[in-house]
Amino acid sequence: MSRRHSSPDQLPGSGIGTWTVICFLLLPITVVIPVSLTDRSYLSLPESQLSLQHYVSLLSSPAWLSSIWQSAVIALASTAIATSTGTLCAIGCWRLNTRLANAVRALMLVPIIVPTIVYALGLYRFWVELRLVDTYAGVILAHAVTGIPYVVIIVTTSLSNFDIRLEQAAKSLGASTTQTLTRVIMPAVAPGIASGAIFAFIHSWDELVLVLFIASRRIITLPRRFWDGINENLDPAMAAAAVLLVLLTTLFLVVNLRLTRSHTN
Amino acid sequence: MRRSFGGTYWLLILPALVLMVAFYILPVLSVLVISVTEPEPGFGNYALLATSGPLHRVLATTARICVITTIVTLLLGYVVAYGLAHARPTMRGLIFFGVVLPLWVSVLVRAFSWVTILRREGLLNNALLEVGIIEEPLRLLFNEFAICIGMIHYMLPYAILPLYANMRGIDRRLISAARGLGASRPTAFRRVFLPLSLPGVISAGMLVFIFSLGFFVTPAILGGGRTRMIAEYMSWLILDRLYWGPGTMIATMLVLTVFALLWLLGRFVDLRRLFGTAT
Repeated sequence: MSRRHSSPDQLPGSGIGTWTVICFLLLPITVVIPVSLTDRSYLSLPESQLSLQHYVSLLSSPAWLSSIWQSAVIALASTAIATSTGTLCAIGCWRLNTRLANAVRALMLVPIIVPTIVYALGLYRFWVELRLVDTYAGVILAHAVTGIPYVVIIVTTSLSNFDIRLEQAAKSLGASTTQTLTRVIMPAVAPGIASGAIFAFIHSWDELVLVLFIASRRIITLPRRFWDGINENLDPAMAAAAVLLVLLTTLFLVVNLRLTRSHTN
Repeated sequence: MRRSFGGTYWLLILPALVLMVAFYILPVLSVLVISVTEPEPGFGNYALLATSGPLHRVLATTARICVITTIVTLLLGYVVAYGLAHARPTMRGLIFFGVVLPLWVSVLVRAFSWVTILRREGLLNNALLEVGIIEEPLRLLFNEFAICIGMIHYMLPYAILPLYANMRGIDRRLISAARGLGASRPTAFRRVFLPLSLPGVISAGMLVFIFSLGFFVTPAILGGGRTRMIAEYMSWLILDRLYWGPGTMIATMLVLTVFALLWLLGRFVDLRRLFGTAT
């Protein structure tokens, strides 16, 4: 960043400082990629050539494949619950706009404020009593409830751009509440709903702390498998798994970006 | 009109509300209840706050790591936010990408990457050995240093975004005016820009500190069980020792601290804005 490019009031050297920190931010993400392609059998940079052997061993491991499958099922189911209930709740609160409704909306945000570890303790005890420990239902419910805040926030944001007169117009033309909801409001905020669903999915897909408490043998999600791997055997297949996780998240983000772009256009 | 349709709209809210109360609020409240009922009713668990040596050590470690993380994150985050605020549009897009991308990489993946970089046979030690700066591998992993690196890395985007949001709102003409009146660039920054950016610094710092307090994954992996922060200590108390009373007592204190800090933060900034619920 030459001085010529900076504004006359900018402190000198701030450009270099900025890029140094950005490099620090990107370092761990970029390091995993070459390590996953190493030709050696331990965590290291490739020595003489790039190799896909660790991807092959990862994708032929029944344990990892079953974890991918379990994580996908749990993430899809919890996303469905969080998105449907969260969207309806956001629309209800937005339309009512009373003190009580605003209080409900604030309540929906509690899961992102309270540290997850606290919820994990309480949930563990709760699930033991309801016999939901180590079941799909238990994990799906936990991930759904903690995914709701993301949906509520994002749908609320897109509702704030929605012209309420469109709803009144629909009503005065004789549409029922259900028709107004499904034909007018929902289509208008559809990008917001999709975006909320993506965030809820990523939340479940990456979630570890709850799973550590409420699942043990039967349910081993991808993050749990990864966690066990870090604690037991650090091998390059883990780096391959890490790269696949990053790629998947990036894919979702690109889709999300497209959605928000088309929305603003 | 609103009255007649009010009932229908409450029906829309109901499913989420029921789920949230039954499966989130109740379990969290039960934690608070257990802390005063087990092993026996009363505030016996809370007396541990004054008497338990191991707890004091964990609390001191947690406080130290959170304070270091917050200060370093603010310093580094300020530099990036400042750079963002002054960059040209294309450059700004690039920097922004660099800030937001790590936000979406799984916290586990990031901790794992730091392990590959920092461990004894890791990339950093190997590089330093090869260049000849060190002769023995440094102990970089499984200590407070590693935890701080990992936490700072995790928290940076959360600090940069509110800092940048605040700086964008600063009227640039004020700095130009100071310069026009003869202030040097550093003086104009110190006397005009810096004070105007303090609200952003306060909210970013509070957010980072609050997030750091209950952090589990990064400290657990990069501390390797040798340096314990509060969340890991709680998990150990409950899962390994089945000490529900002390574990839930710490959880209660953690929640109270978080809400107290949020309340404090709410006196400086509009929380609804911060959490994106302002309509």
